[in-house]
Amino acid sequence: MISLLIRDLRLAMRAGGGFGLGLSFFLIVTVLVPFGVGPESALLAKIAPGILWLGALLACLLSLDRIFALDWEDGSLDLLATSPLPMEGVVTVKALAHWLTTGLPLCLASPVFGLLLSLPEQGYKWLIVSLVLGTPALSVIGTFGAALTVGLKRGGLLLSLLVLPLYVPTLIFGAEVARRGAEGLTTTTPVLMLAGISAGTIALLPFASALVLRVNLR
Amino acid sequence: MNMNALWEYANPVKFSRTVSLVLPWVSVLALVSLVGGLIWGFFFTPDDFRQGSTVKIIFIHVPSAMMAISAWFMMLVTSLIWLIRRHHVSALAAKAAAPIGIVMTLIALATGAIWGQPMWGTWWAWDPRLTSFLILFLFYLGYVALWEAIDNPDTAADLTSVLCIVGSVFAFLSRYAVNFWNQGLHQGASLSLDKEENVADVFSTPLYVCIAGFILLFVALVFLRTRTEIHKRRTKALLARERLG
Amino acid sequence: MTLTVKDLTISRGGIPVLEGLNFSLEPGHALILRGPNGVGKTTLLRTVAGLQPPVEGEVQAAPESFAYAAHSDGLKATLSVSENLHFWADVFGTKGIQQALDGFDLNGLVDRPAGALSAGQKRRLGLARLLVTGRPVWILDEPTVSLDVASVELFANAVRAHLAEGGSALIATHIDLGLDAEVLDVGPFRAKPKSGTGGFDGLDESFL
Repeated sequence: MISLLIRDLRLAMRAGGGFGLGLSFFLIVTVLVPFGVGPESALLAKIAPGILWLGALLACLLSLDRIFALDWEDGSLDLLATSPLPMEGVVTVKALAHWLTTGLPLCLASPVFGLLLSLPEQGYKWLIVSLVLGTPALSVIGTFGAALTVGLKRGGLLLSLLVLPLYVPTLIFGAEVARRGAEGLTTTTPVLMLAGISAGTIALLPFASALVLRVNLR
Repeated sequence: MNMNALWEYANPVKFSRTVSLVLPWVSVLALVSLVGGLIWGFFFTPDDFRQGSTVKIIFIHVPSAMMAISAWFMMLVTSLIWLIRRHHVSALAAKAAAPIGIVMTLIALATGAIWGQPMWGTWWAWDPRLTSFLILFLFYLGYVALWEAIDNPDTAADLTSVLCIVGSVFAFLSRYAVNFWNQGLHQGASLSLDKEENVADVFSTPLYVCIAGFILLFVALVFLRTRTEIHKRRTKALLARERLG
Repeated sequence: MTLTVKDLTISRGGIPVLEGLNFSLEPGHALILRGPNGVGKTTLLRTVAGLQPPVEGEVQAAPESFAYAAHSDGLKATLSVSENLHFWADVFGTKGIQQALDGFDLNGLVDRPAGALSAGQKRRLGLARLLVTGRPVWILDEPTVSLDVASVELFANAVRAHLAEGGSALIATHIDLGLDAEVLDVGPFRAKPKSGTGGFDGLDESFL
């Protein structure tokens, strides 16, 4: 399974833009927001946690359809399905590779984007905490959506339609952690809920993803 | 009735025949109770002392909201039956129920907006209940879109069933998350068993009739649409075999 | 490590295509499947490989004994020939790709990205993957597509060597590989429409 992870990361790097694309998208969203709502730093500071979370979510969404599409087209998925790797393991590795190439760079870069949106000083810690806790759930849920739509001709748009409602709880609690952190409020409850959602999806959703992937392969 | 007798209705032909037998009766009952309940509710109940005559939209709003949730719940149960016992009729019933659920959700949202405007002074507010219904609507859309996108009927049934189950969990989580996110203006549930402050008796009896009407209407529509799906499925299978020669 | 297929009925898109298939494949033997296009050879191979469930009947074999190769080779264009092979060797837990490189004459191409190979070379790389799986039963769907005469000979030799080591192969192909193998024509097993109204009694749920 480690070899699959290494292969996927290597492919992402060689393809060029594997790491950078989501990050660039995040940057563009962050830059466009002040153009839309005006440059007042008080207003920007107020909406910064929500905008940063929305940007991270959309950047995640952007790369979901590539999780399985290439392996589907070149027949690798068939070969992986007949290999000794359990399908649950394959989808977990795929989600992990997606998080490492999309979620992790977003977490690391988020303070810079927070700066652009005048996020209050006390908010940085909680912004990073919320993204580190929440983005794994985004990747795992997204992998489920990608497994559902693999092989469909108009899969991209449908994928967004299926995945975005599933993102609602993660977004609510993630943005709530970041918002409360920025306003200096206590964050215990939403942090626990966010961690719970992440833990639950990572533990259970790969079984559903593996199931639908097997259905799509037959 | 023993269980085997119940499962016999999983045979598409048996199901279709039985539906043809009971559908007229269910439809007539639905029509009678809907028309009766609504006329009773609209013309033979007093105006509310605070809300005036706008309160009467309750006779559409509450039943449609209940059916919006019940339809999804029915889809969850039939999806589970399909995944466990592989009865095609069960999967097709779930497919048939989804568009009805969408319409019920839309009716609940629209009547809620019409009711909310004079009461709260706004057509829409990000109140937890309203927001939850909007999210439920999005789940319905995704479910129907997935059915439409897949050619192979068994594959579509499998994938939508898993989506329905996973979606139910996330819809439940969303409900909780939305409650946490914003305490709202919506009044408490109008009907519940464990509460003192239920809707007044003059309203409740015609409301029950309307709810019964909506349930019967839902059952009639699901029967009708499931039978249509069975016929479509059979046509498709026959055409496919024709092509194979 | 015998592969046995019993009373197998398989379907494509929910429609049965082949029915009543019975055959077995002993170690050291190969079985060639023949039949017109669209009769269901690919579906049969996918069913045997466990990628899709049979409608009726069963496939009996030791667990994890299949190596499957189909029309697409599962190659990554940006990875080199040796990286592609090493990946599959790691996945299947086998050591060394040298034998595979030798067997399909790929030694000169080791560091070439798979995307820069010709169609025939890609095919050879895809077939070389079989050698690094270490699996005893090969399931091959039209393995000789885009191979030239010399490469077909390489492939036939690889299959012979595999059989000599006690492996077996189930191959759907139209050309004569020069193998000492049994041939099964699947044409006569084409699924027939059910008689009468199509069995609408009891708990039968067939839509045909």
